[in-house]
Amino acid sequence: MHISPVLWQFLVKWLNASALFPREASTIAPYADALYFFLLLITVVGLTLVGMLIFGFSIRYRKEKHPVAVQVEGSTLLEATWTIIPLALFLIVFVWGALLYFRIYNPPTNAMNIYVVGKQWMWKAEHPGGQHEINALHVPTGRPVQLTMISQDVFHSFSIPDFRVKREVIPGRYSTVWFQATTPGTYHIFCTQYCGTNHSAMIGEVTVLSPDDYDKWTQESTSGMSLAQNGERLFASMGCNACHSGSAAARGPNLAGVYGSKLQLASGSQVLVNDAYLRDAILNPSQHITAGYAPIMPTYQGQISEDGLIDLVEYIKAMQTNYRVQQTLTTSQSNQTAPTTPGTVKP
Amino acid sequence: MSATHTIVNLPDQRTATIPKRNYLNNEDGLLSWLFTGDHKRIAILYLISITFFFFIGGAFAGLIRLELLTPQPDLVASDTYNKFFSMHGIVMIFLFLVPSVPATLGNFLIPIMVGAKDLAFPKVNLLSWYLYWIGGLFTMAALVLGGVDTGWTFTTPLSTHYLNTHVVTAATGVFIIGFSSIFTGLNFIVTIHRMRAPGMTWFRMPLFCWSNYAASILMVLGTPVLAITLVLVALERLVGIGVFDPTKGGDPLLFQHLFWFYSHPAVYIMILPGMGVISEVISTFSRKRVFGYTAVAFSSVAIALFGFFVWAHHMFIMGVSNYSALVFSLLTMLVAVPSAIKIFNWAFTLQKGSITFETPMLYAFGFLGLFTIGGMTGVFLGALGMDIHLTETYFIVAHFHFVMVGGMLMAFLAGIHFWWPKMTGRMYPESLSKLAAVTTFIGFNLTFLPQFILGYLGMPRRYHAYPPEFQVLNVLSTAGATVLGVGYMLPLLYLGWSLKYGAIAGNNPWQATGLEWQIQSPPLTENFIETPVVDHEAYDYEWLAHKTAQEVTTVG
Ligand code: HEM
Ligand SMILES: [Cu+2]
Repeated sequence: MHISPVLWQFLVKWLNASALFPREASTIAPYADALYFFLLLITVVGLTLVGMLIFGFSIRYRKEKHPVAVQVEGSTLLEATWTIIPLALFLIVFVWGALLYFRIYNPPTNAMNIYVVGKQWMWKAEHPGGQHEINALHVPTGRPVQLTMISQDVFHSFSIPDFRVKREVIPGRYSTVWFQATTPGTYHIFCTQYCGTNHSAMIGEVTVLSPDDYDKWTQESTSGMSLAQNGERLFASMGCNACHSGSAAARGPNLAGVYGSKLQLASGSQVLVNDAYLRDAILNPSQHITAGYAPIMPTYQGQISEDGLIDLVEYIKAMQTNYRVQQTLTTSQSNQTAPTTPGTVKP
Repeated sequence: MSATHTIVNLPDQRTATIPKRNYLNNEDGLLSWLFTGDHKRIAILYLISITFFFFIGGAFAGLIRLELLTPQPDLVASDTYNKFFSMHGIVMIFLFLVPSVPATLGNFLIPIMVGAKDLAFPKVNLLSWYLYWIGGLFTMAALVLGGVDTGWTFTTPLSTHYLNTHVVTAATGVFIIGFSSIFTGLNFIVTIHRMRAPGMTWFRMPLFCWSNYAASILMVLGTPVLAITLVLVALERLVGIGVFDPTKGGDPLLFQHLFWFYSHPAVYIMILPGMGVISEVISTFSRKRVFGYTAVAFSSVAIALFGFFVWAHHMFIMGVSNYSALVFSLLTMLVAVPSAIKIFNWAFTLQKGSITFETPMLYAFGFLGLFTIGGMTGVFLGALGMDIHLTETYFIVAHFHFVMVGGMLMAFLAGIHFWWPKMTGRMYPESLSKLAAVTTFIGFNLTFLPQFILGYLGMPRRYHAYPPEFQVLNVLSTAGATVLGVGYMLPLLYLGWSLKYGAIAGNNPWQATGLEWQIQSPPLTENFIETPVVDHEAYDYEWLAHKTAQEVTTVG
């Protein structure tokens, strides 16, 4: 990117050609590489220094040259020097690393969201428009993409080396990672957390497309039902709508517009309603009683898969009114949905 | 001045013979070894045992590298490969690295270095060796019964719910070995506090004692946490208590916290005693007091204590909050500083010395270079944003092998060569041992340097098969491992040979200052006939020169 352009480009081109260096395919990659080169530099300098001291002293003070050792106590000045200089360098590295970390892990607000479920042994990506992919992920260049990930069984870890991003995928909680791809092409997705027999086969490919190609891809690969629509069906079939009907007489709270709001709980505390809260409230309802309602909701633990939970959460997110789910962008051929209105969640 | 020192016998170096009475021949028969209370004999028992396990762990390393020669999963099946690296890790960490220097060299030397006749609790010491073996047998049983494929980290919920292998057997093994380590630590702490000879003040103690003391603190405080964690894993697996199981309201991240709360300090359990060896060796062969003795001593203890506060740097990508990640990253940078200090202190010990290049010194130089690389690459991993890309890749594998194998194993070999004459009374063949040191160094770099590059390219660790573009570097690494294997076999052969044919060493072949060099080689069972009185600092070569001159006049 904009880090010392000329020298930088030259170095990276050369390294890429030598196959000793991963491609730089996201907006983050040049920032990560800059820190990497700084660290390499201080390592090489430090190592050279230590090497020179050892070789220098070994030659200068070898027994033949210097038969009698001169005893020295130590030296506060010298010791202070080699405490303070490494400390200063390490603090620079710390600050630099922390800035990079926040850049990598704090998604921009306009990122498009894709869900990823990790299971032994595959990656399942679910786009809000309903496209499902296994061990593959299609993303456009030039748009920030946020992945909301969860594991259905053990720890996995989602890594795209050419983007310099990685995040653990954890059973029972959503974790997120984001990136903005810069160069069309295909790149490895690895599972980097050891997850059993086929750990090393749990790999996939991100395909980065130009925005036009990406639109084409979304059109072609839609299943006709968005996640939210799947969620709507599930909402009905699991009997959720019996209580969360939105009418005044309903025994459960109205869920329309609840996403993103602050909810008052019976325990007196307030929570922010986000994906993780919704998932939790479906699985452990007795721990999240909304103020004013009786603790009558049954748990759905063990009855809904992670994919199903994602669908339900997407549905609740999309429920701006208590009427029905809004249409999402890529499902226009489906005739069961209401016309698009502003403020909908788009893929 | 040195009249108070009792010198058991002082044969002239050229006409030296193995003393008629020593700890090795004091009593005969297998039983006299199996029921011994002598810390030196227990050290030898440990030495044989850990060497045995080292070569088992090494065999698995060889198999791993052989499989990785080609990108295809062709040599063994996935499950088998997973069992290989799990066994390699479990054996190397728990049965080799953790006990290596403390249980062998520490056991042998600490009582002598502080001027005591034995450790504080000789029977507990023997018990800890038996526990080591019982634990080792459980681990071997897990292997023989069909293996275990958790990796050495036993990560839940994989280990508790998704594997059909012998997880509980292996965990029991590690649990028991843990107690062996706790007992060793306890014994060292009490011995160093209570049994120092008159005049052996804390600041006259060799740095080897300081660093083992620091490691002992970690063993005693850290290992119980590992034990608890393993019990929880076993309970979760056997009766499903659910502390780590999210479907029962448990927290899988809790396991990570508990495990790393032990296992990060464990890294220092592994490296600190090695640092002690390096201090002794560099001082001896440059004939200089260790530069900034006090700083080196205190930095060991500082590393030990602060080592308890950085465990979450193993979890930067696991969804710890961004702010706790900041704190742990900062603390990690701070613990790196004492290690940097030590490197420069060792380098400056050479300054104005009178340096010779015996085998232990070559290993110590190898340690300095490799440990510097290992330490600096640790800073890469401590830097939050960089860690995201590097963690869980071969960069990690390279980093910890540089620290633990390049660091600790080099130190261990330096120490074994350094004290071999004291332990056995015989010298090893000089040129072969130098060849081994150089071979090890070259082989090591060839094996593990390519792995840093592999890691930055993104090759994940614990992969059985990999994309073909990583092959060249993997072939290099496997070639290096072959050289390294030769480097490790050599000492086994020539040290064994030297037991019978090696030249007689005499009491103080290196002209070193430590109390252990002032007694006969091999020592008497009771170490000292009369309790020594110490009136000089740890690395006082002027005192030594003075004393030697006196003895020459009295003997001659
Ligand atoms: C010839 C020497 C060695 C070679 C070629 C070697 C190779 C390897 C490789 C390739 C791995 C990674 C396995 C994977 O992630 O798939 C590994 C892991 C490991 N090695 Fe070594 N190693 C050697 C010596 C040692 C020694 C001497 C020790 C300790 C004293 C050691 C300790 C470990 C540990 C603790 C692991 C982690 C195992 C795990 O991931 O669960 N290695 N080694
Ligand atoms: Cu996985």
